Amino acid sequence: MNSFIIAGLLLVLLGVAYQIGWTKSRGPVTTNGVKVHSRPQYHGSLLAIWTLVPAVIVLGLWAYFGGDITRSFTVAQIPTDVVTSLDQMGLNGAIQRIQQIASGYGVTGELAPYEQAAGDSLRSFQLLTFLCVIAAAAAAGIGALLYARSRITPCLRARNMVEQVVTVLLLACSAIAILTTVGIVASLVTEAYRFFTFISPLDFFFGTVWNPKFSSTVAGDYGQYGLLPLLTGTLMISIIAMLVAVPVGLMAAIYLSQYAPRKVRAVVKPVIEIPAGIPTIVYGFFAPVTVGPFLRDVGGLVGLPISATSALTAGIVMGIMIIPFISSLSDDILNQVPLALRDGAFGPGATQSETIRNVLLPAALPGIVGAFLLAVSRAIGETMIVVLAAGNSPVLRGNPLEPVSTITVSIVNQLTGDTDFAGPQSLVGFALGLTLFVMTLCLNVFALYIVRRFREQYE
Amino acid sequence: MDMLAGKVKMTHQTVNSTMNPTDALERPIRLHAKDVTVHYGAKQALHGISIDIPDRAVTSFIGPSGCGKSTFLRCINRMNDTIEGAKVGGLIELDGENIYDPSPDVVELRARIGMVFQKPNPFPKSIYENVAYGPKIHGLARSKTDLDEIVVSSLRKAGLFEEVKDRLNEPGTGLSGGQQQRLCIARAIAVSPEVILMDEPCSALDPIATAIIEELIDELRENYTIVIVTHSMQQAARVSQRTAFFHLGNLIEEGVTEDIFTNPINKQTRDYIMGRIG
Amino acid sequence: MTDIIPTGHRATLERAKLIRAGLGRRHLQERLFKGFGMAAIALALGFVALLFADVLTKGLPAFTQSNLRLSVTYDPEVIGVDPAPVRAAGQSDADFRAANLKWQRDVALLNWNKVVEASLRAAAPADYEIDSRQILTIAETNARHQIRDLFVADPSLLGKTVTVDVLASANADNWIKGNIDRELGDAQQQLSPAARGLIDQFKANGTISSGFSRSIFTNVDSRAAPAAAGLAGAFMGSFYMMLVVIILAVPIGVASAIYLEEFAPKSRLTDLIEVNINNLAAVPSIVFGLLGAAVFINYLHLPLSAPLVGGLVLTLMTLPTIIIATRGALQGVSPALRQAALGMGASRTQMVFHHVLPVTFPSILTATIIGVAQALGETAPLLLIGMNAFVASVPATPLDQATALPVQIYLWQANENRNFFEARTSAAILVLLGFMILLNAIAIFLRTRLEKRIREGPRNGHARRQG
Repeated sequence: MNSFIIAGLLLVLLGVAYQIGWTKSRGPVTTNGVKVHSRPQYHGSLLAIWTLVPAVIVLGLWAYFGGDITRSFTVAQIPTDVVTSLDQMGLNGAIQRIQQIASGYGVTGELAPYEQAAGDSLRSFQLLTFLCVIAAAAAAGIGALLYARSRITPCLRARNMVEQVVTVLLLACSAIAILTTVGIVASLVTEAYRFFTFISPLDFFFGTVWNPKFSSTVAGDYGQYGLLPLLTGTLMISIIAMLVAVPVGLMAAIYLSQYAPRKVRAVVKPVIEIPAGIPTIVYGFFAPVTVGPFLRDVGGLVGLPISATSALTAGIVMGIMIIPFISSLSDDILNQVPLALRDGAFGPGATQSETIRNVLLPAALPGIVGAFLLAVSRAIGETMIVVLAAGNSPVLRGNPLEPVSTITVSIVNQLTGDTDFAGPQSLVGFALGLTLFVMTLCLNVFALYIVRRFREQYE
Repeated sequence: MDMLAGKVKMTHQTVNSTMNPTDALERPIRLHAKDVTVHYGAKQALHGISIDIPDRAVTSFIGPSGCGKSTFLRCINRMNDTIEGAKVGGLIELDGENIYDPSPDVVELRARIGMVFQKPNPFPKSIYENVAYGPKIHGLARSKTDLDEIVVSSLRKAGLFEEVKDRLNEPGTGLSGGQQQRLCIARAIAVSPEVILMDEPCSALDPIATAIIEELIDELRENYTIVIVTHSMQQAARVSQRTAFFHLGNLIEEGVTEDIFTNPINKQTRDYIMGRIG
Repeated sequence: MTDIIPTGHRATLERAKLIRAGLGRRHLQERLFKGFGMAAIALALGFVALLFADVLTKGLPAFTQSNLRLSVTYDPEVIGVDPAPVRAAGQSDADFRAANLKWQRDVALLNWNKVVEASLRAAAPADYEIDSRQILTIAETNARHQIRDLFVADPSLLGKTVTVDVLASANADNWIKGNIDRELGDAQQQLSPAARGLIDQFKANGTISSGFSRSIFTNVDSRAAPAAAGLAGAFMGSFYMMLVVIILAVPIGVASAIYLEEFAPKSRLTDLIEVNINNLAAVPSIVFGLLGAAVFINYLHLPLSAPLVGGLVLTLMTLPTIIIATRGALQGVSPALRQAALGMGASRTQMVFHHVLPVTFPSILTATIIGVAQALGETAPLLLIGMNAFVASVPATPLDQATALPVQIYLWQANENRNFFEARTSAAILVLLGFMILLNAIAIFLRTRLEKRIREGPRNGHARRQG
């Protein structure tokens, strides 16, 4: 109800201010011959901005401080001996009872002697403060409106001012992207730093055993947090994924961009890109349920012990996920190689595949390498597939047929459901996150740099 | 009319031809085209072109932009095959063999009919590699020495050898525009084609580089059949013995260069020549 | 000048012979290379087909479910409870609610299983031998709640008999669908022989029938009653998150793209912002989850498991996608249009908002939809802000505890009752994919319309070639 009144007040102020600005600015043009600088709607908008900002500031202040003020008023209504006899929780309960009485909902059980009175006075206090705030907001708005209205003259550069406000708003929006990065770096670094006060960075980066202990009985024994088993698992899965995705993705891109008739391309290209839009949790489900048992059975036929959840399973499924990523990026890049180069090879009589292998691919190589690096970075950061398909076995080993664990899996394991970040058990998630962030950042910066250079070369 | 004739006469004087123009007529016919049509999808780009191109002479195709001269040129070594939706009809014969027959093969055909493109397009490889590319893919060189000799002699013929002999291993893209185009000519020559097609080879070059290339074309004429598309009538007059005028996908008039420029039969040809040089 | 390249007819023939000699090998290479390309396409398409076929064959059966049609008698002997409280004059809201709650608690404490059992026995052939525990395994455990809720809503049912449709238990459903090997020994069966026999009899006499499973869409998640577990809660959670993403990410993303592309002076700072946004787009999603956990939950103390927080995290994740796509669209606008607008004396702001934005609107819309679809399927960051909690209610506001569609899939696939939940998880995947396909179809529809409009200009794709 209150929020409707406030929204209504703001809307009325907005409308009135716009209308006044609009009308007022139309006055001067008829009285004397001076040309009005800005059109009426800009004067209207400028006035609306002038009016709205103070009103919103007043309301914002109340939203921020109002809760505390009401609370201390309520506490003041409770006799001091009662307050002193209550602990924090009891006090909160008492305040809640009074608020329920004030709202007219009522409470169960016996009313304490002071409660009804306190409820009544809280009720009138709330009404009064609400009216005061509304009045203050309206007054601030109207005051600003009057001031701004007095400034309306034919030469007022209302349009420029409104546009300045718009520009500042736009700038503020683009600052959010920066703030996100700052937020990521700051939170990762501070929490990772806290982790390193428990565990030495040397033990983390070069440790070969991953064995966090949860309900540790011995104080100070947090377990071992060696990164290497996770890192090898991550790299192993990424390599397998690239082994699947690069040949298939690249050849598919070559076929589509160089051989396929236009009609085939129009149908096949979007279909191949479908997997890029499928949520990774779907692959995560698909991997251990279908691919894993299939690999295990195939392994059984040739006498290889492959576990259903293993680096191989996760890698293959991740490779399938990355195929469209590689094929569409490579396709883009192949299409950017100028046609003239292709003609130059066809001219002296090269076959199509000779043209592609000898001229097109070498020319596109930097761009394609950039695309591969972006794909690697994506594979390293992928989470849901490995959580479900890699087997979660953080042991340092080199056999891709056995279960492994990765950095992302351990982040999920260590942080799921735990948010008080008190011990290294959960803080390690941020150290892992920082490692992951730095790894992918380096890959991305390098890859984007290469791709950018490649594009500039053919522009 | 007299004034026009005078002006055309002057142009004719600039023709740098050592061969008697009528000589070209007596040479054997190398390429024979009959009723060649090209469709790009629904759009018809060429409407039945018939022309004979003589051996070891320069034939130039002129005409306004979009008249179909480049399209026809690209038909001659089947470069239109690489454009999707292009359909070529009619007959083109090289030494009496239809080039659109399943055999000879298109790869083999392009080894016999080389092409130089509008914009210099050297591969992003070394100068040596650029020239050696054709002989390599066709297996024309039996040994490394053979290949070296082919590269050197091709560069010589293209008049580029002296300028690049010390940097054969540097990238071809590092040369100047005119040098790049001569490199592309060397690349085309390296497979010893019988016919060389040139698609506005000088349009991206400055006047000095253009003059060098024109001189080169004149020299190459002794050993190769050359077809050149150009939008510059002066260039056609300077380098070619025969000229064909294209307009709106039709071949309007074709004949000895001197005749075309001094005494065009067709009114459209006359208008074009007058409009440009008058 | 030595001339290695001989000319003349003889030499031509010689060369032709050399070229022909190599042709066979070169054409074989060509065919092989092209074959690899086609194989790659076939593999890529095969993976897509396999994935969809797998999920469809597993998930479609879950959309039909076994129902029990029971005649339920509200026997006063079993249901011994006071009449529902009536509001007395002068009673406060709080007191009435407390009385009501007490009555409901009394009702809940009754042995409703007895009612369920009696209804099942009524449907079974007379003197079929089966003990109470076994017969109750046929109906899903939420049947008693369903029957109780009917009574709470209408206490006058006492002593009457009504027909109620309840869900068969997950095990019974599996048995009927043939998901369980009927030849397995008793020790490996979830249901006792008597229960299995009775299910078959129910099936024969029509007490159990298969029908479309509405519960997947209308129910919330449930652990005690797997057959009744549904997506309603997850659906609302995802809906609230997408709402937050659309309200925040779209305007902010478009606004920052406009600023960077149209207003920002080219400087080191804008270069930095550009690099920063490109990198942000490639940061693994789980890192955004870490950001959410550290900043929104731990620092700002926003509630755990709330769709609002999930939406904020997804907003930050989607922003770069929308910014990059919008900038691409703005870059695609021809400079002629800008110059025309500026030439008429429009200010920069007017040029952007009156001329450039309307032209790019469809592609911005397309990019936005694709970004939202991406956010809809994201799972990993949500795990870190507690959205994988078990929530057995539909969230009423974006601040209530909730889960999301992809997280629900994650939770279900881990359920121990694999036989039943493999199908249900696949069904949930189908629902999620259905939404994604819908969103992408809208995007593709808009894109093709846009491209058609652009292509209406002259077709000069080949003019370049014609000299």
